[in-house]
Amino acid sequence: MYVCRRCVCVLRSPALLWGKAQPSVTPGLAGRAAGAPDLYFMSTTSYSHSSASPAHQIFCQSFRERWKSCGVRFFSEQQPVSQTGTRSLPQTSEGNITAAAEELDRHLEASGGAVSVPVGQRIIDLDALPYQSPFEEISEEDAIQIIVPPNLPPASFTLRDYVDKSETLRNLVQLGVDLSKLEERRNVGSMLVRLDFQADVAPRLFFLKDLGVEDSHLGPLFTKNPFILTESLENMQARVSYLKSKKFSSESVAAMVIKAPYLLNFSVKRLDNRLAFFQERIGLSAHKTRDVVTRLPRLLCGSLEPIKENLKVFELEFGFRMTEIQHIVTRVPKVLTASKKKLTHVFDFIHNTMGVPHSLIVKFPQVLNSNCLRMKERHLFLEFLGRAHYDPAHPNYISLERLVTVPDDIFCTEVALASFEDFERFQKTL
Amino acid sequence: MATKAARLLSKLDGLFAVYKPPGVHWKLVRDQVETNLLTAVNAFPPPAPQYQVQFQLLSSGETSTSSDLTLTATKLPVLADHPLVTGPQYHKIRVGVGHRLDAFSSGVLVLGLGKGNNALDSLYRSHVTRDYTLEGEFGMATNDFTHTGRVIEKSTYGHVTQEKLERVLAMVQGANQKALITYSRVDLHSQEAYELAVKGMLRPQDKSPPIITGLRCLSFKPPYFKLEVQCVNETQWYLRKMLHELGLELRTTAVCTKVRRTRDGPFNMEDALLHNRWTADDIIPAVKYFRRTTRKIRKNDSYKQAVTQLDSTTEAQDQSRTNSCHLEAQEKDGSNNISAEMSADSKQWS
Repeated sequence: MYVCRRCVCVLRSPALLWGKAQPSVTPGLAGRAAGAPDLYFMSTTSYSHSSASPAHQIFCQSFRERWKSCGVRFFSEQQPVSQTGTRSLPQTSEGNITAAAEELDRHLEASGGAVSVPVGQRIIDLDALPYQSPFEEISEEDAIQIIVPPNLPPASFTLRDYVDKSETLRNLVQLGVDLSKLEERRNVGSMLVRLDFQADVAPRLFFLKDLGVEDSHLGPLFTKNPFILTESLENMQARVSYLKSKKFSSESVAAMVIKAPYLLNFSVKRLDNRLAFFQERIGLSAHKTRDVVTRLPRLLCGSLEPIKENLKVFELEFGFRMTEIQHIVTRVPKVLTASKKKLTHVFDFIHNTMGVPHSLIVKFPQVLNSNCLRMKERHLFLEFLGRAHYDPAHPNYISLERLVTVPDDIFCTEVALASFEDFERFQKTL
Repeated sequence: MATKAARLLSKLDGLFAVYKPPGVHWKLVRDQVETNLLTAVNAFPPPAPQYQVQFQLLSSGETSTSSDLTLTATKLPVLADHPLVTGPQYHKIRVGVGHRLDAFSSGVLVLGLGKGNNALDSLYRSHVTRDYTLEGEFGMATNDFTHTGRVIEKSTYGHVTQEKLERVLAMVQGANQKALITYSRVDLHSQEAYELAVKGMLRPQDKSPPIITGLRCLSFKPPYFKLEVQCVNETQWYLRKMLHELGLELRTTAVCTKVRRTRDGPFNMEDALLHNRWTADDIIPAVKYFRRTTRKIRKNDSYKQAVTQLDSTTEAQDQSRTNSCHLEAQEKDGSNNISAEMSADSKQWS
């Protein structure tokens, strides 16, 4: 993660930090308190107050130009792009600034025949700015309102530096969001630092609460998908209403959002495509599609290509019939997203080594999902004991369910009828 | 003050053995052990949060005028140390692997934890023998010498008897015995060599090709057979290839169906941990159990190094005494020990 300057600039702006407590800070005072290195700080302040003098605007502009040459873009320039309406600061149009600059130019030339400088690289006459002399007495009330700028690094590799200063990050941590995981992801750290809690985060929290997501699930949800915080509310509302129009109950929508947090970031068209695919390609009924998708909402988020590939593997490589595939998918939707290599490995062992026919696998499809190494060891142990009969017609047969699901000690005592030590000794001969 | 996690981590320091199942790469084994240990170490509750005094502007309650703001000192927890912000305390535990086992083979795999990784180097330098059980099948030859490979040749094996097999095994062992004597760097006519050979302690002193020190047939049921091998500096590929050549020597072909390591130096199969026991709860007693072995390995190695250093210096002294005027010739001979040369130098100039 790399938090860049322009994001920290937002954190430093007093509108965020002391917005409520300090409504009337003059830019000059702030600038004096901050000292020379924090001219930057001043520039943001002036934007938050609409009553800035034209000279001040020029100052800001030249500052912006200087940073632009270094490839640093300003937060204020980005405002129209962001979707939040509340924090769109009064924009000074470029034409306005140049006009003011020309005016000042004329003024300077008239007064002292100064060397004319191109507008972009203007040297600012600091005397023109209103500032108080250092010897002037200030009242107690003023002194208490001098802002000491927070000691924040302009760029950082971790969110730890900002967490104590930013209201958003603080609240996210208290919600249970794992910032250490989020900061590893590209651009997410910068995004989080730029967010404003009241304007950006709170409405989405209320939205999720209305959806039926419980408090304990919010933290993990944002840890998985922080981009919900920047998704527009109308879009998310549209997606939820689309799902509800497809007769998903509100509880199931909430459960789906918890299980697959990226669900709300995909367009309605895309969701519609996915649902149609399951109905047409696999031939599931509407009710069964709903059931499958509710149990594994990940299907709606990922790519369809691996799913198509897995279906082909089931059909051509394993030789299941279409009705059998439907049954398997409705029982264990996870086989659609499982890795093709693993599925082939497991099926090859069950069908070719253990000699279990397709009909038995269809009856207990969870076996395709199980740990292959464990199944192999158990099968070989049973074979060694002469008890490896999986055909239900055989006396003392062992069902696939009992082979796969029970833990080791119960398997030894109830299925293999041997001691656990013997099983361990056998495992060491493999 | 050491935390509980640090105390646990200090216990994870030494060598132990795991039983690698067949079909699993050794890197997976190592990674799984590391992740299991990390989850155990990071499961401890984080240290208590630190508190920070912050001055906040709050309106004083008594006067209740809105403009009156007073600085109030409040104690707040530092969020920068919150476990959700810092992430897990430990990200890495040093887990090293001893002599490797490839994916096809199974058996005892030595792992080193923490400072035990240095003992792994000592173990490598000590050139210990390892026991293997090989299972083979006559009548087939594949491209990678295993039964799962692509079959490139089929042959009959009716003429192979146990006597013929044992004769070939004896021949292989004899050839290897000869190689062992050349690589063990002892004078064959000395009393020292005799005593070592009687004890069966002849070992290659440094890098050598794979050498088989013992080979016998455990069972012979054509087409299946089972061998027991003791060897030094081997790879599993070499053993499978040897099985293939055994088949060719018997005028048939053979593939390997199983390679199982039953002993790696002092680490026996009985004490190796099965894959459901690769957790901190089972690894800590295992490391403790092998602590004496680890210490012995370290001690032997340092003793051996001291002896070799001593030998080289005495040799250099002898050489400098005998041919101090022919230093150039000695350098051309290439005595590889720099310290020896240095001491010879100083001898000449003093």
